[in-house]
Amino acid sequence: MKYVDEYRDPELIHSLAAEIARVVGDRTFRIMEVCGGHTHAIYRFGLQSLLPSGIEFIHGPGCPVCVLPMGRIDEGLAIARDPRVIFTAFGDMMRVPGRNGSALEHKARGADVRMIYSPMDALALAQKNPSREVVFFAIGFETTTPSTALTLLRARALGVTNFSVFCNHILVPPAVRAVLDCGDVAIDGFIGPGHVATVTGADAYEFIPAEYHRPVVVSGFEPIDLLQSTLMVVTQLANGEAKLENEYGRFVPAKANAAAADAMDRVFAIRDTFEWRGLGMLPKSALRIRPELAAFDAEVKFSTRGVAAADNPEAKCGDVLRGLIKPPACGLFGTVCTPEHPIGALMVSSEGACAAHFKYVMQPAYAEA
Amino acid sequence: MCLALPAQIVDFPANEPGIAVVDVLSVERRVNVDLLRNETLAIGDWVLLHVGFAMSKVSEKDAQEQIELLMMLGEAGDAQREVAL
Repeated sequence: MKYVDEYRDPELIHSLAAEIARVVGDRTFRIMEVCGGHTHAIYRFGLQSLLPSGIEFIHGPGCPVCVLPMGRIDEGLAIARDPRVIFTAFGDMMRVPGRNGSALEHKARGADVRMIYSPMDALALAQKNPSREVVFFAIGFETTTPSTALTLLRARALGVTNFSVFCNHILVPPAVRAVLDCGDVAIDGFIGPGHVATVTGADAYEFIPAEYHRPVVVSGFEPIDLLQSTLMVVTQLANGEAKLENEYGRFVPAKANAAAADAMDRVFAIRDTFEWRGLGMLPKSALRIRPELAAFDAEVKFSTRGVAAADNPEAKCGDVLRGLIKPPACGLFGTVCTPEHPIGALMVSSEGACAAHFKYVMQPAYAEA
Repeated sequence: MCLALPAQIVDFPANEPGIAVVDVLSVERRVNVDLLRNETLAIGDWVLLHVGFAMSKVSEKDAQEQIELLMMLGEAGDAQREVAL
């Protein structure tokens, strides 16, 4: 509550909250926000405290760092230990623990690990260091996938041969399907990802009402956006409707970005199956580099073999990711597993439900620092 | 990674098709604009960036609101450090 008054148009925020309470009445609606950015925003803005107790946000699997299984992290870091390699990754990945430590710990032990902002920075490193192999640890949903695709195409056009991509790109729709298909959690409606939809178009979520008969509203990230989207979801539920609506029309078109779709299609094919932390093996849920571009595929170049690595059995990351439990129900939360000493990825990323809960619910003073 | 950063185009370097120099949170950096090849881009235009790639052209008003959002979320400082890498 404290935060909201500092933001744009507090009167509108309070009137939206009142309208949501009126529509919900004494019913209970469970709404999954798919995107980790929304999870962060909901905690950051204290939105749950503005809403009636009948609204429960279920935090979805839309944090790419969080859903990457430890085996993939270990495989990537095995490449990083190769002395020929300059290993590059986004900042979000640097502290995620593998069985043998994180990328940052590998760096401390002598591996040449570099944090980058853009895959283009990795390509530039390859051009500057022709005697080294530069590997980019690619991760992300449809928001970052076109960037990896264009970088790889540029590497080919420039004739750069010492650059490759360890591809962990994943797709949002199969994760939503998995959550709905497993039936563990009753979800009444969805707040759809905003920035992912700038690439895929809002229409990518049409399957949620069409096949699963649940409302979905693609949303922006401000308190007003999230409350407006929540109101749109509960209004549909109250009216017995299930349709796709776009609250974020100022940024999100209905159709996919054609140039991005073209670049992704030229570089990537859909994997038959891919492991997700918490959700297990999901068919057709991730991308691999096409065989004709194998020269840029780190899985081919370094002959990775697929490592299975179980999470710490006491860590309940999977249950949190499926929305079965809230972070404090995990025995490690806030004691053994903290942002300073994360056991699971959900405590590392600012988009992870555990990091957000720790920062904004357990330690509000920490949030203001 | 998933939140877009607003950036204003300040230059198009010669002989580098698909590249623009932008001001992003007061950091100047080169970004890729290949995905907007079907749009008219000019110096002074605003775009939304994901990991160094312009994904869409936006109005100045929407760009400013996005900057405010990053500040509200407490992400502006981290984003600024990342783009300066």
